[in-house]
Amino acid sequence: MQDIHSETFLRMLMRRQLRLSLFCAAAFLTVLLGLPLANYFLPALMATRVFGFTLSWFLLGVLFFPFVWTLAWIFIRRSLALEREEARMARHED
Amino acid sequence: MKIDFWVLAFSAVTVVVTIALGFWSAKRSKTAGDFFVAGRAVSVGWNASAISGEYLSAASFMGVAGMVMSSGYDALWYPVCYACGYLFLLLFIAGPLRRFGAYTIPDFAEGRFDSPLFRKIAVVFVLFIGFFYTMPQMKGAGTTLAYIFPGLPYGAGVVLVGAVITLNVALGGMKAVTLVQAFQYWAKMFAISVPVFVLMSVFGHYGRQLEANAPAGPAAVEAVAREPLPERAPADEVWIAPFGPLTTKAAKAAGLPPEQSRPYALLYTYSLIIALVCGTAGLPHILVRFYTNPDGVAAKRTTMWVMILIGVFYLFPPVFGVLGRNRMPELYNGLSGVQGTDGVVLKLPLILAEQHGIVGSVLSGITCAGAFAAFMSTFSGLLVSITGALAHDIYGRMLRPRSGPRERMRMFQYCAVLCGGCAILLGFLVETFEINKLVGWAFAIAATSYFPLLFLSTWWRNITMQGAACGMLVGGTLSLAAIASTMLADQAPWAGGLAAWYRTHPLARTLAEQPAIWALPLAILLMLAVSRLTRRDVPADIRMKMLVLHAPEALGLKQEYIEEHVSNAGTGST
Repeated sequence: MQDIHSETFLRMLMRRQLRLSLFCAAAFLTVLLGLPLANYFLPALMATRVFGFTLSWFLLGVLFFPFVWTLAWIFIRRSLALEREEARMARHED
Repeated sequence: MKIDFWVLAFSAVTVVVTIALGFWSAKRSKTAGDFFVAGRAVSVGWNASAISGEYLSAASFMGVAGMVMSSGYDALWYPVCYACGYLFLLLFIAGPLRRFGAYTIPDFAEGRFDSPLFRKIAVVFVLFIGFFYTMPQMKGAGTTLAYIFPGLPYGAGVVLVGAVITLNVALGGMKAVTLVQAFQYWAKMFAISVPVFVLMSVFGHYGRQLEANAPAGPAAVEAVAREPLPERAPADEVWIAPFGPLTTKAAKAAGLPPEQSRPYALLYTYSLIIALVCGTAGLPHILVRFYTNPDGVAAKRTTMWVMILIGVFYLFPPVFGVLGRNRMPELYNGLSGVQGTDGVVLKLPLILAEQHGIVGSVLSGITCAGAFAAFMSTFSGLLVSITGALAHDIYGRMLRPRSGPRERMRMFQYCAVLCGGCAILLGFLVETFEINKLVGWAFAIAATSYFPLLFLSTWWRNITMQGAACGMLVGGTLSLAAIASTMLADQAPWAGGLAAWYRTHPLARTLAEQPAIWALPLAILLMLAVSRLTRRDVPADIRMKMLVLHAPEALGLKQEYIEEHVSNAGTGST
């Protein structure tokens, strides 16, 4: 029996959503904060030319946007699925 | 320069359509809900366009291109983080905030902590950040209009943009503004992308343009043509590589050799990233728009579309910067603002005029109209958020809690006129300020005050009002003080001692110019520590509050703060 006002339900709710958010944030931050590090320690590699851009410019100025869109898309799909599942669980238990 | 017919025509069309849309939707805005939250029924597509339209201010439309032109690679962080900050908003804040049902951040602050005092603190911050963000919009409008129509005084643009938007907001509130901003997003998108495509097809595409920015070598032989760079322009290898002129300024002022200045540049870059990403997630005039979504699911979907619309837009301004560097380097010699590199978006299309005649003028007219759309849409969003804070939080909640929806709607209109007037007056005062700096300030303050507040109060149940207020006030004021000190050191003649001290302490200078990297952790730590000390004051019904924030809407726990018929006081659980 799972009451939606119970401590266990709230805990499960928050933990599942937060885990998903943190997972996506970690992927985002690794790339976002890794890029300056790559620029710092591998300047020669990051200055290689790709289609005329430097590699670093291409990653940041062009590829970064689709990367973030993909993350956002994955997050929304997963998070809406979680919500549906939670709602189903709560209704069943009522 | 004489007044160009096309520039006049396109700018006039933008202004006229804005006014017309305002009048048209004013007829449809009847209730308080329409005024404050657009009836809370804005569809995902409209809302995403409107949020994007509001977000892309003059700093994005003109400033980013100018910064890329003057500072090169380092300036790319601005467009990227402006767009990607929304991911943080999406991951941690958008859904729960919408579900909580509060209308403004002060509502959220009071509802979450059961503290009327905290509402007052939050209102002050909304007004503060709002007016801070307003000043650069006004200044941009003034200088751009004076540039487009030589002979007009600076004040003309301020009054024009201020009056048009105040009229719109007072007539139709949030509902009118939503429509206008959505239109203005597409106007801006059109205005930035079409000239870029035309210019690239004539002079060579983005990558080929960048290819030309290389130390002379065999590759440079077949690269696109470019004009010689003036002496004031940064050299190619510094401009195109990371850790260039923008981030190494403090170290250079201290006279450090390039190798030793790199650590400071890395620090500056990280702090800038934190300020922009977290600041986006904490700007009150952006957050207030999330309440126009029907529910938390729509709030999440809207955020996703905003990221796409804004991201696509931000691909273009850097192209302008690169093209400007290759084809119009004389701008490096210009003075600050629109006279210099910031004017590249407005001026660059004119180079087509020599070979293609009228095309250049038409395109330049289009970008000028886009700049107008940028001032107007951002200012209208700011005005709605400031007015909402005054009419809803101060009048409706503090002064006259018993007022009916009708009175509040009237009050919204009076407050809009009052705030619009104040904004115009402020606009006159900031003629000599640098635009981008002020926007940067607003981001740094939002990142170190509102972001930690929203993040922790959504996910940590043990936070108390004292902890939240303490962290927010200390984080916000310290970062404001730090940035203000660098500005004083640069500009005020009586702060010579401070300027000299900053010159010999590049680390302090970097940290003061970009305070987010220390002020954000400080604010979070303070919130954690003070909440621990005052743990007895955690609201008694905290579990219910957390449930409302996180439970799916399907369970029917959502509460609404602005209602058509009853004005409910307090939070009241369902």
